[in-house]
Amino acid sequence: MDCDRPSVCAMALATRTDRPPSLIGSVWRSTVGKKAVMAVTGLVMLAYLVAHMLGNLKVFFGAGEFNHYGHWIRTIGEPFLHHMWFLWLTRAALTASVVLHGVAAYQLSRRDLAARPVKYRRTRQRASYATRTMRWGGVILALFIVWHILDLTTLTVNPNAQEGRLYENLVASFGRWYVAVFYIAAMLALGLHIRHGFWSAAQTLGANSPRRDRVLKAAANGLAALLTCGFIAVPLGVMTGVVS
Amino acid sequence: MNLTLRIWRQRTPEDAGAMTTYEVGGISEDMSFLEMLDQLNEELILAGDEPVAFDHDCREGICGACGMVINGRAHGPERTTTCQLHMRHFSDGDTIDVEPWRAAAFPVVKDLVVDRSAFDRVIGSGGYVSVPTGSAPEAHATPVPKPVADLAFEHAECIGCGACVAACPNGSAMLFTSAKVVHLNLLPQGAPERESRVLGMVEAMDDQGFGGCTNTGECATACPKGIPLSSIATMNREYLRASLKGGTRRR
Amino acid sequence: MTEYTRYTTGEPLADTKAPGGPIAERWDRRRFEAKLVNPANRRKHTVIVVGTGLAGGAAGATLAEQGYHVVQFCYQDSPRRAHSIAAQGGINAAKNYRNDGDSVHRLFYDTVKGGDFRARESNVHRLAQVSVEIIDQCVAQGVPFAREYGGLLDTRSFGGVQVSRTFYARGQTGQQLLLGAYQALSRQIDAGTVEMHARTEMLDLIVVDGRARGIVARDLVTGRIDTYFADAVVLATGGYGNVFYLSTNAKNSNATAAWRAHRRGAYFANPCFTQIHPTCIPRSGDHQSKLTLMSESLRNDGRIWVPKAKGDTRPPAEIPEDERDYYLERIYPSFGNLVPRDIASRAAKNVCDEGRGVGPGGQGVYLDFADAIARMGRKAVEARYGNLFEMYERITAEDPYEVPMRIYPAIHYTMGGLWVDYDLQTTVPGLFAIGEANFSDHGANRLGASALMQGLADGYFVLPSTINDYLARHPHKEVPDEHPAATEAVAGVRERLGRLLAADGDRTPDSFHRELGELLWDECGMARTDAGLRKALDRIPELREEFWRRIKVPGTGEELNQSLEKANRIVDYLELAELMCLDALHRTESCGGHFREESQTADGEAARKDEEFAYTAAWEFTGTGSAPVLHKEDLHFEYVHPTQRSYQ
Repeated sequence: MDCDRPSVCAMALATRTDRPPSLIGSVWRSTVGKKAVMAVTGLVMLAYLVAHMLGNLKVFFGAGEFNHYGHWIRTIGEPFLHHMWFLWLTRAALTASVVLHGVAAYQLSRRDLAARPVKYRRTRQRASYATRTMRWGGVILALFIVWHILDLTTLTVNPNAQEGRLYENLVASFGRWYVAVFYIAAMLALGLHIRHGFWSAAQTLGANSPRRDRVLKAAANGLAALLTCGFIAVPLGVMTGVVS
Repeated sequence: MNLTLRIWRQRTPEDAGAMTTYEVGGISEDMSFLEMLDQLNEELILAGDEPVAFDHDCREGICGACGMVINGRAHGPERTTTCQLHMRHFSDGDTIDVEPWRAAAFPVVKDLVVDRSAFDRVIGSGGYVSVPTGSAPEAHATPVPKPVADLAFEHAECIGCGACVAACPNGSAMLFTSAKVVHLNLLPQGAPERESRVLGMVEAMDDQGFGGCTNTGECATACPKGIPLSSIATMNREYLRASLKGGTRRR
Repeated sequence: MTEYTRYTTGEPLADTKAPGGPIAERWDRRRFEAKLVNPANRRKHTVIVVGTGLAGGAAGATLAEQGYHVVQFCYQDSPRRAHSIAAQGGINAAKNYRNDGDSVHRLFYDTVKGGDFRARESNVHRLAQVSVEIIDQCVAQGVPFAREYGGLLDTRSFGGVQVSRTFYARGQTGQQLLLGAYQALSRQIDAGTVEMHARTEMLDLIVVDGRARGIVARDLVTGRIDTYFADAVVLATGGYGNVFYLSTNAKNSNATAAWRAHRRGAYFANPCFTQIHPTCIPRSGDHQSKLTLMSESLRNDGRIWVPKAKGDTRPPAEIPEDERDYYLERIYPSFGNLVPRDIASRAAKNVCDEGRGVGPGGQGVYLDFADAIARMGRKAVEARYGNLFEMYERITAEDPYEVPMRIYPAIHYTMGGLWVDYDLQTTVPGLFAIGEANFSDHGANRLGASALMQGLADGYFVLPSTINDYLARHPHKEVPDEHPAATEAVAGVRERLGRLLAADGDRTPDSFHRELGELLWDECGMARTDAGLRKALDRIPELREEFWRRIKVPGTGEELNQSLEKANRIVDYLELAELMCLDALHRTESCGGHFREESQTADGEAARKDEEFAYTAAWEFTGTGSAPVLHKEDLHFEYVHPTQRSYQ
């Protein structure tokens, strides 16, 4: 080949030795890939929340059934899995999702803010409330998760704090009105987060198209409403005395 | 009609810049927004002031040179380019704010003129089909279904004005980049470079300092050519597909 | 009135590059006879390309692919914005996909005839040959041409021809073709083979030992004036339609590069050949800054009329049928509303001159779709012309479905330009001109959809083949920065800009441009007379004098200064306008876009004088305001024999 032209040779060599970048590198380094990480982890958490919400509703069948359900969760997969292993696997997956989702969100947000350093003198909001509150909503949800774990998982801040007595712990916690109100507020934030997040995940993962757009938006609204109502039902039940 | 204009004046890229107020009178509603600025500039020159610098060229909505944020909206209240915006969309006595595109990747050059060369570098990193002159096969050798050709055309309509970046709260160039990726990746002629194109262009887009996409949809609302938001979804899919296939970037 | 002896006639000019023999074999022969540059040596050659439109973008990309080092310039902020982008209609190619009798020879024939027999046969034939390859190239680049359901390319027919050979991409063919060239160029810029200077305007040509060796250019952002050297310089700087102030050209399109080259020795050919497009949106007032074209296809279904009575200001709906004058249908019963561009334009001017024009200032005629809507239904009209109607409504705020459109002719394209030989080389060795910047292929009138074809033919195929011969034949010693030719050119540029900034008068650049434009439009526009041209020739030097006395340019030269850019371009327009009028005055025949009222047939059609004027007028510059020298290149028609056009 004509090696009188260094540019040609360099290019050819570069092509030959250029190894495909690792998948993880290619995904995590780009804005598009990182956003996809957020979408996948968001969907993992969303799937978990659906199961969590359905499980929560068992509270309306009384202490016995609810506590039994709580016990069953710890035995899933036995005897193939050791006691609690499934639960720990789930927790590990969730922790990874939360961390990845949060770190990616933080890094992308910093980048986004830097990319638009000057605001317009006159601005006008066209995007929906849900869209505009993703960042702060996410922060609120992160704080909520910490408190929620301390309250009902580790029982650190729970007034009842009896291992294995899920029902009683829950009733005791929601017995304080401000806790119930905080919980409800967090669930409303969750609803908003999902309302934009679910559709956004579909867009980010390339699953959206003009034909599917309406269906996806409707599904996002439906999921948001379902989860919010399902979760809120429990503190409302406690507050109204249906659950006691 | 008489108007009060508050226009961003900035002499050099390093200057701080500020909004400056001007009064203009005798504006006809048949004038375009740029012709209104022409009139202001004529008055400024005769008064011994410096005219307002702004980019413009074809003045028929296709070259993509013009662009300013008018009352907080890229290209103003109508879905068109600034040169095709007419004064009949304003009323006598209005106060109009005129600002340059704002984005870290589009530094202000002077007044309302910004540097959009980042767009050229995004195109240069994959927004083409590598076909040296003379090496093309006969045009009818590869039929392209009409719906595919039409869809490619809709994305190829992008004029590179930068309104999408200006409107995006993150200063993101996703709509611009995706329009070119989708245009070329849809066509059989663009297929051989499908992976390297999307990987290269996204990397260049990130390198140029554009923000990421938070799916606010502001870009598609501001786009004077109606590039759809679904274009971004398609590019995301292309990018993930290329990443999974382990496609190589060009560089 | 002064007697016009303001030019002298010099030696005749001839193209020595086109080989003889059968016309269909000439291009092959020329390519074979041309010397080549060894691929390994190409990177040692630098070629400057000014302009990034269809011709410049295509040439820059192609030369870089071949291995040359290309240094390219555009005044826009990006090479993608060149005004080729605004072309709407389509691009011609002799593919004969329709099997309707088209061929290279027919495209050649149509172009020579359409140009009213004022083009060089060899060049036009090559254009027709190359047209076929252009389509292949653009399709491979991913240009999304309109297609049929079978997946094959769609074509349509365009004014003045009987075959369907126009390829198109909706109403944005120019945009799509330009983006194809821009993308190819971007690939080379990224690879480092093209050194791109955007927002940089060429202000002079550097000629060393009789050969073009570089340019002087100003960075429009910093105001820095630099010299750039090369082994050859290619001008792809478009036409000079903006000399009229109001035209369909982009606001910043200008003639400076071409005119500066002319001043350095490149002959300027047929400057009076300008094309006027009949279907533009009329001006709405004195504030008008440019004119917008609407596709000629509107004339397929719209009917053109004006009121029969002078000064009839009734709204169109209140003018009864028998008080309307469908003048094109009346005068040209067989072609009706579809007569060629020049005829339709002139007829509109005539009825407006009679005082029967409509709209503000009486400068417009109606283009009425009422009959079409009644005949085909609103839906069908919308499908065909929806986007044009929308564009019209956006600009005028009138709904063309309800009220007839108003249209008026406007300057659209300039067939004249720098004289070039078959190799597209000007009379300055090493200086090439391509696309609209040269005069070559369209004669006195350009057919629709042929401008895109010529730009891409020159840029992709012709120039990259012919420039090799020049580069291979001459040794190119490096030119030192401080070469007297370069320092002299730089000093000239600085002096001129300094003078503009120092004048501190009381008139803006635009006010002079507007005045010059109006003068030209009146006296050297659609119809020209001996008296009118003499009047313009008397007035222009006065205007030039007044310009230097009263011009006011704010700011400095060391920054982005758009007023300075404008004023500097007007300096050249003020000289070019004079040459246009002189050319128009000397050519006492009518042909194509050049209509001399003294030379018309009994029924008012353009009358050519082939015995006297079958030549290209190439003008040599001798100094501002001093008599130029006319060099005639005689035209020989071996294959297409001149006939008088008739559309009645």
